[in-house]
Amino acid sequence: MGNVIELKNINKIYGTIIKNQVLYDVNLSFKEGTFNSIIGASGSGKSTILNIMGTLDKPTSGEVYIDGKRTDLMTKNELAEVRNKKIGFIFQFHYLLPEFTALENVLIPYLIKDGKAPKEVVKRAEELLDLVGLSKVKNNRANNMSGGQQQRTAIARALINNPKIILADEPTGNLDSESTDAIYDIMRDINEKLGTTFIVITHDRRIAERADRIVEINDGKVHMDIVR
Amino acid sequence: MRLPFKIANRFLWSNKGQTLLIALGIAIGVAVQIFIGSLITGLQDSLINKTVGNSPQIKITSDDKYFDLDSTSLDEIKSIDTNITSVSYALDIPALISKDSKNNSVLLRGLDLDRADKIYNIKSRIIDGKPFWGDRVNIGKDLAKELNVAVGDKINIRTSDGKLKEFLIEGIYDFKVANLNKSWILINISTLQEFTKQNKISSIEIKTKDIFLADKVADNIKNAIDKNLKVINWKEENEELLSGLKGQSTSSIMIQVFVLIAVVLGIASVLAITVLQKSKQIGILKAMGIKDRQASYIFLFQGLILGILGGILGSALGLGLLYSFSKFAVNPDGTPVVEVSIKYSFIAFSAFVAILSAGAASLIPAIKSSKLNPIEVIKNG
Repeated sequence: MGNVIELKNINKIYGTIIKNQVLYDVNLSFKEGTFNSIIGASGSGKSTILNIMGTLDKPTSGEVYIDGKRTDLMTKNELAEVRNKKIGFIFQFHYLLPEFTALENVLIPYLIKDGKAPKEVVKRAEELLDLVGLSKVKNNRANNMSGGQQQRTAIARALINNPKIILADEPTGNLDSESTDAIYDIMRDINEKLGTTFIVITHDRRIAERADRIVEINDGKVHMDIVR
Repeated sequence: MRLPFKIANRFLWSNKGQTLLIALGIAIGVAVQIFIGSLITGLQDSLINKTVGNSPQIKITSDDKYFDLDSTSLDEIKSIDTNITSVSYALDIPALISKDSKNNSVLLRGLDLDRADKIYNIKSRIIDGKPFWGDRVNIGKDLAKELNVAVGDKINIRTSDGKLKEFLIEGIYDFKVANLNKSWILINISTLQEFTKQNKISSIEIKTKDIFLADKVADNIKNAIDKNLKVINWKEENEELLSGLKGQSTSSIMIQVFVLIAVVLGIASVLAITVLQKSKQIGILKAMGIKDRQASYIFLFQGLILGILGGILGSALGLGLLYSFSKFAVNPDGTPVVEVSIKYSFIAFSAFVAILSAGAASLIPAIKSSKLNPIEVIKNG
């Protein structure tokens, strides 16, 4: 299996007058189909790494490859397309569109790509909601669901375009332990069934230890990298 | 295009109160525009109608004061331009009228009743008695009051060259213009010709369908008839009125423009706030790969939807205002104070302008949203 994400000599400096370097020469790559976790203290730079991998942020220097294509030189529109087709995001605060129902939220990445969802795609969205155990609340507005339900909707949404990569930034940071376990079970399940690469930032060592690989970031550098 | 529209729609309907408020704002703007526009057009129309509507818009006269009327030429003149609705002829003779010891200078207007009625609406202007015929004449309301005469009384009329005759008052008219009511005596033209031994006429009077085309029609007539005759139209004679109306139109347009500016500023500011309100959503959409252009369409559509909503609502409101104005602002006799002119093309135009300006007003928030960076939203939660 090849590398689906590759970071080469990534440096990130915030600010122009008062410079604040967050990442120092980070080299990281992730193999396709693996389940990875990134840990580290807050302010260590782990979220910045995830945002750079997700093309939401640009490195100050260094090269980023997603699925073999260099992205740090792409235009905004090309990046939007990469995000839409290859990457699924799961954020800590679930970030659904509150004006739309769970099912509509799941369909939005497809609609961004294609404008109109044919029946089989709607069916697939329903299957994904079924997969995350939400078929009963699929027509609820996003702000009419519990935190755990919203996060599971976000997972289903991240999967609708069959992305190669799912990037999750503390997806359970907001949830109780029962929901946390359920979310991780679902993510591992998807990883095994669909072969999607997962990169998950977490505070929770217990969760991190269930991943195939644990990367620890400390002061903007890779401190520890354990593959199991 | 489909998704931005869907999102725009949903954004609007998820906050019904705010949406309704903006739409109402636009609607009131449109309604005011329609109301003021129609009112002023109506005011001008009725003013023009009152001034020139019941009088000939084109007059053919001669430098020699009197000229021969060839009996066929009236129909010929009518066929010159399709805009001509009626043609009449008149003989005007200045005279003095005496009753007891009072003398008033008047103008004897010899007319053909059927033809002149189509121009002056004489029959409906008679407030007492009947229209003139034979030796019987019509005098104006104010003259009757001044001379203290009524229908059935006799008056002595003396022309400037000394011819004198007694006429019976058959009816009293009211042209709503004191000047005319005091000086015009309407009389059958052949009676007058016989009385004054004057077989010629002094003018041919013409009424047009569209009174604003009177100058063009006058030009056509001028080209077609005897070069010795003069053709005058009402526009030449009423330049002051026309320039006054022009001033009024300009001020009405100014009011409408400012209303429009207020509407545009209102939409722009509210939509600018919506971008802030929805910045989280825009950030999510961008993280999921929506392109900047599509993101900006969301606000463009919001503006357009608001414009359409406001335009429709405003047209209805404006029509309602106009309707109630013409129903409730009435004279004691039940006729409206101002005959408002409801022109659907003007209403459609106002609504269209509102939609267009709503679209234009949403450009700023649209650009703003296209510049929004998703990372700001993701980072700041």
